[in-house]
Amino acid sequence: MSISIRDLPLEEYVLLGNAACPGCPASIGLRMLGKALEGKFILVVPACCTSIIQGPYPKSAIKVPVLNIAFAASAATASGIRAGFEALGKKDVQVVVWAGDGGTADIGIQALSGAAERNENIIYICYDNEAYMNTGIQRSSATPYGAWTTTTWRGKTEFKKNVPLIMAAHRVPYVATASIAYPLDFIAKVRKAAKINGFKYIHLHAPCPTGWRFPSDKTIEVGRLAVLTGMWVLYEIENGVFRLTGVSKSLLDKSKRKPIEDYLKLQGRFSKISDEQIDLLKRHVDELWMEYKHLMESG
Amino acid sequence: MGVSKVLTGNYAVANAVKLAKVQVVAAYPITPQTTIVEKIAQFVENGELNAKYIRVESEHSAMAACIGASATGARAFTATSSHGLMYMSEVVWWAGLGKFPMVMAVVTRALAPPWSIWSEHNDVLAHRDCGWIIFFAEDNQEVLDLTIQSFRISEDEKVLQPVMVTLDAFILSHTATPVSIPNQSDVDGYLPPPGSRRLPFILDPANPLTHGNLAYPRNFMEFRYEIERSMGNARRIIVEAGREYGKITGRYYDSLIEPYRCSDADAVLICMGSSAGDAKDAVDILRDEGYNIGAVKLRTIRPFPYEELRDICRNKRIIGVVDRDYSFGFGGIMHGEIKSALSDLHIPVQGFIAGLGGRDIRVEDFIQMGRKLYHIIESGVGEFPPIWINLRREVFR
Ligand SMILES: Cc1ncc(C[n+]2csc(CCOP(=O)(O)OP(=O)(O)O)c2C)c(N)n1
Ligand code: SF4
Ligand SMILES: [Mg+2]
Repeated sequence: MSISIRDLPLEEYVLLGNAACPGCPASIGLRMLGKALEGKFILVVPACCTSIIQGPYPKSAIKVPVLNIAFAASAATASGIRAGFEALGKKDVQVVVWAGDGGTADIGIQALSGAAERNENIIYICYDNEAYMNTGIQRSSATPYGAWTTTTWRGKTEFKKNVPLIMAAHRVPYVATASIAYPLDFIAKVRKAAKINGFKYIHLHAPCPTGWRFPSDKTIEVGRLAVLTGMWVLYEIENGVFRLTGVSKSLLDKSKRKPIEDYLKLQGRFSKISDEQIDLLKRHVDELWMEYKHLMESG
Repeated sequence: MGVSKVLTGNYAVANAVKLAKVQVVAAYPITPQTTIVEKIAQFVENGELNAKYIRVESEHSAMAACIGASATGARAFTATSSHGLMYMSEVVWWAGLGKFPMVMAVVTRALAPPWSIWSEHNDVLAHRDCGWIIFFAEDNQEVLDLTIQSFRISEDEKVLQPVMVTLDAFILSHTATPVSIPNQSDVDGYLPPPGSRRLPFILDPANPLTHGNLAYPRNFMEFRYEIERSMGNARRIIVEAGREYGKITGRYYDSLIEPYRCSDADAVLICMGSSAGDAKDAVDILRDEGYNIGAVKLRTIRPFPYEELRDICRNKRIIGVVDRDYSFGFGGIMHGEIKSALSDLHIPVQGFIAGLGGRDIRVEDFIQMGRKLYHIIESGVGEFPPIWINLRREVFR
């Protein structure tokens, strides 16, 4: 796990002049992904912000081969690419899906579940900015409780869908969560995934200044607070064994976590959240940690 | 010259896929296509076909996986029908518009409600406009032959578009007839080696390219025109592929249409798919009765056989078009297309709607249609609105 920033290639795989918003977490994540795999992979991108971030034809801001595909189809497309390469005897090419939370937790979950059940030898990364940003900040099943979106003006009334645990229930060899605010943790997980045969799922928390309503220089700060308050948890599940990683290792004890208000108050999307709603959210977070604790102990 | 076997249309497809040495198959079952993907699974498990078989969870994923496989340069195949094709539709368009070579067999079947598993052509015709070359097969021999040819056509560097081979539910898919199967070595010589074609776009980390990113209006139309150019080239490549195929099998397919007793005919009935055989039988009977009639089978509907049809129809007194499909509030889909292709020839083009949801189109029905064409000529009334054949009108009283 000990990766130093100095070990990473200097080469950039997400080029300057791309079309991301300032402070965009998706482009930060992609940049790390490129460095983690040193550009030796195929990227499959369903409809999402990254469809735009690449920039318009005839140019592209991404320096690895990209196959854009329909919103629901990324996991199946990656399966086909893998099969094609195997049929052609090219076994050493990594195939990576880079999909949003909508393309993963909602419309793409069927294809994702299918690919996981078949244990396809691909890496699937969901960058989770907790709403449909491409189309203008509509709620997804990964939007947290209480958050404003353009389809939940009074705050979302349901809790965030726990996709990593859904993927773990498929008993795939590797499931991990990560955050763009903890790049070395993310890169270590990508590199580990690249060495494992079979289906790998990484869920990357990606605070989005445009959609969450915070200043564009606060992306990393918001990302860190998500983890430090326990709202987002860094872990991996390797062959069924659950393990907290990074700073989350020290946060099992609730008293070590920052109050979640510290996280919420930075974001305009929670500006109208009530005290009762915050209490509910806290209870939800505590329950999640109980679940993780149980997973850790059952080993 | 190969061997002759008694095969259903579905097994003819499976055998063609095996002979073409397809490298990636991704498929999902649906009646009446199911036995295609079952048979291929057996070929793969027996080691008779060395392919990756992806047992996807839906048709949408089947087509998406074929797109992925095609983007690596591998030879890909899928098969579906009716609801499966509609469920897949978004990515069927993606394959055509993205210029991904592959072959798909579609067993034509009516859409529900009400549920039906029998033949109708609306499923295929809903995908007329998405950049696929579309063949209609008349019999199981044609099913096998066109499927093999389709790989060559699809992968031709002047085409690089996906190809659909369609066969009618049950009438072909589940009816066993003798089919002559070419030798493997002949097919090997006829098709490019699988995975050998050079795509302008191929996924390769050593040469990164982006496929499908945003195109502003100033760049977009050229993508569309390029597909149209490929379709234009396909007219020639299809004929070439059909001729070359004749050299290895003795069965020549050298036109996008197949005319039957048309040269001296006054009237011509146009149809597609499995009913073409019955249309020809009807022509023979009508000829014996003194009617100067012929029939034309459309082998492709995309590219549309524009010149071929105009050449055949030019001096006729009337044309009849038999649609096993319908566009509500309009009429038969092929009727509309053919009428527009012949518009400046000033020939009446009468539409017939027949066989929806698998209702039989019998030889007698074609005979009635032929006689009707002559009534129209003799009465000089021009043409009637589309005539629904064997509609049980009493239901509406
Ligand atoms: C079938 C289909 N439905 C709807 C859309 C419109 N659409 C494009 S991107 C998108 C939302 C993407 O959300 P997410 O996956 O979270 O990615 P993000 O934009 O947040 O990066 C939607 C609804 C589409 N492209 N295809
Ligand atoms: S909306 Fe958010 S995720 Fe999308 S490009 Fe802008 S900052 Fe990035
Ligand atoms: Mg999103």
